[in-house]
Amino acid sequence: MEMNFKIFRFDPEVEREPHYQTYRVSAHPTDRILDCLNRIKWEQDGTLGYRMSCGHGVCGSDAMKINGRCALACQKLVKEYKGQQVVLEPLPSFKVLKDLIVDLEPFFEKVRLMRPYLLTEEMPPEKERPQSPTDSKKVDLAIRCILCACCMGSCPVVNENEEFFGPAPLVWAFRYIFDSRDDHYLERLRQVDCSDGVWACVNHFECTRSCPKEIPITKSINTIKREIQKELKNER
Amino acid sequence: MIIKHDVIIVGAGLAGLRAAVEAAEHADVALISKVFPTRSHSGAAQGGIAAALGNEESDSWEWHMYDTVKGGDFLTDQDAAEVLAKDAPRAIYELEHMGVPFNRTENGNIAQRAFGGHTSDFGQTPIKRACHAADRTGRVILDTLYGEALRKGIKVYAEFHLLDLIIEENQALGLVAYELATGDVHVFHSRVILLATGGFGKIFKTTSNCFANTGDGVYLAYRAGIPLEDMEFVQFHPTGLYGLGVLISEAARGEGGILRNSIGDRFMEEYAPALKDLAPRDMISRAITEEIRAGRGIEGRDFVHLDLTRLGKKRLQEKLSDISSFVRIYLGIDPIKEPIPVQPTCHYMMGGIPTNLDGQVLEEKQKIVNGLYVAGECACVSVHGANRLGCNSLLDLVVFGRRAGKKMVQNLQDLSWGQLPDQPEEKTMARIDRLKKMGSGEKAGVLRIEMQNVMMEHCSVFRQEEGLSKVLSVIKSLKDRYEGVAIDNRERRFNTDLLEALELESLLGLAHVILASAIARKESRGAHFREDYPIRDDQNWLKHTLAQRTDNGPRLFYKPVTITKFEPKPRVY
Repeated sequence: MEMNFKIFRFDPEVEREPHYQTYRVSAHPTDRILDCLNRIKWEQDGTLGYRMSCGHGVCGSDAMKINGRCALACQKLVKEYKGQQVVLEPLPSFKVLKDLIVDLEPFFEKVRLMRPYLLTEEMPPEKERPQSPTDSKKVDLAIRCILCACCMGSCPVVNENEEFFGPAPLVWAFRYIFDSRDDHYLERLRQVDCSDGVWACVNHFECTRSCPKEIPITKSINTIKREIQKELKNER
Repeated sequence: MIIKHDVIIVGAGLAGLRAAVEAAEHADVALISKVFPTRSHSGAAQGGIAAALGNEESDSWEWHMYDTVKGGDFLTDQDAAEVLAKDAPRAIYELEHMGVPFNRTENGNIAQRAFGGHTSDFGQTPIKRACHAADRTGRVILDTLYGEALRKGIKVYAEFHLLDLIIEENQALGLVAYELATGDVHVFHSRVILLATGGFGKIFKTTSNCFANTGDGVYLAYRAGIPLEDMEFVQFHPTGLYGLGVLISEAARGEGGILRNSIGDRFMEEYAPALKDLAPRDMISRAITEEIRAGRGIEGRDFVHLDLTRLGKKRLQEKLSDISSFVRIYLGIDPIKEPIPVQPTCHYMMGGIPTNLDGQVLEEKQKIVNGLYVAGECACVSVHGANRLGCNSLLDLVVFGRRAGKKMVQNLQDLSWGQLPDQPEEKTMARIDRLKKMGSGEKAGVLRIEMQNVMMEHCSVFRQEEGLSKVLSVIKSLKDRYEGVAIDNRERRFNTDLLEALELESLLGLAHVILASAIARKESRGAHFREDYPIRDDQNWLKHTLAQRTDNGPRLFYKPVTITKFEPKPRVY
């Protein structure tokens, strides 16, 4: 079938204003939106800018806005947009570097602030540290995060408050707060117990709806809130 | 401006990161990567990482070593297999200590599951040896090692593409890299370079590999005069998602999934009576292809079914959730209720840049190239021989990545800063200028698709002389046509059109080496199956291929296989 793509184009170093360019592509219903982008770039217009790598929703490179919703271009199939024009735009709330490519550095920096690595005081045993299946399951949804930033793009709070840590960095905080092997539990809770931390989230659930890995992000943030109320009540 | 670091590591997947983490405490280490580190293709590894921990049932490193050697159809260098299997438990504990969220047994140890070709008691029955975190094992190890790199403050140059290696008088001096965001060409000056650039499955039409897997490091080493080893051995994973090639982990069969043909037969019982659906990948890929050829593909078409319906909802959700979601998204099938259409997909390169057990690159005469290291899929240790076992790849990355890191640090004491030649980036700039100035010509994408199609048709699961020779002449003509390739995009910033055209040179160059090596090897061993020579021939071919670049194409020569504990014997499962 023939599909129309209307794609956001902008080179901030050369142009003052962004514009949209339309392309017509013949596609199979089961083609990925990414396949169509590739066809446009390879066959029609080599100047189109977007990121991609694994092509199946694991690496997290190709997050963008597809007909108004943040998603991975490699996880959306043409058939979902049958009879429609497909509008592709860069992830909202980020600075556009070129076309669909945005500057993710501020996002990565926020994740880095969460110290996304295990903090322990004791020397580990010779073999593995024991951890019960129940404890390990506490983080098994959080470890799905692929840093694609769909949640950041779709969060209304991120859009208004650039100081807000944002959904994915809080997922990373969750992943280590609830890892039974981490010794810095209280310190990590204190770090996100602030107005730009978990308390900035007001339950829009847009992050949860857009997460391509189906992480219950809002619920995880609320779990942290409850943990703070329980564990830090004497400090508050 | 010239950028200087003691150690420059190209590639920020598991091998590159593990080496970086090892070396960073002792030296100034920088990582260069085509993609942001956590986008690296190690993250697509699903099923697990092997180690004889014995957490589920009694196991030993000797059994693991034996399986690795037999899985590699006895082309595996046994000293390397011994290092891999012996060091595996330590490597897993180390990953756990770093924070990898492995699944657990009821008593809190690391859980393990069955995987293809891993057996107890030297080949008797399948054994649970694969440590895992659901079906995203590679991804969580990648995230964890990236966390370690952050903790150590390692400098990362993300979205930098390697375009040339500067090697003079048998010493690696530095490299030339292209910065995607600006279009600037940078010269990096170093005392040690580690190549960890991964595989090059993008040579083939159907592949589980990512778009970044174009073998730049391997090709540039070859172009710089380093021979390439065992390039004819290309692994086709039996269960790629039909049409797309997206990987459906062997863990699906390790958890109890089975393959069926159009008449519902569990056909692997015929081909591998003892291990059945858990036979090594090369054997299952051939079995699937034979079933399809015999008209027993589903609806007479070119795929078979992977049946996971017997696993139940809970197990699929807890242990195989990523692959279940791939199946739902891309094929619209619920694997709880319906079988999954699968076909072989190009997955892994056993061959690559020859190295010793410490990651040091070996040149034509088997001498060490000073300051040049290699680890991971781009290396050929050779620990995987003619066919890699599942779960041995992630293990290879962390075991040999660490060893390379250790050796580099030790080596730095003796390696001084070499003198860079004048304007080492000149040739690279000229290449870029030429592409940008080419007025009109064929698009790189057109040539790439032709290459992928012919390689898939004649150089994949089954091969024979006539087909291989035909493809070789196509590849040669594509290399000629490549000289006339033009690009649309002449901009500086984020010019992936230019980079994809440059990557095509790597892909075509490596395809040529694969073909030359495959045509010469007149026997069948592991993943290299010659229909015109269907028998393994130890008398004449128990040896590693080496391919040296010359102006007239690859010149082949050979070196012996290291055999220590296990004499070659027939490979039946």
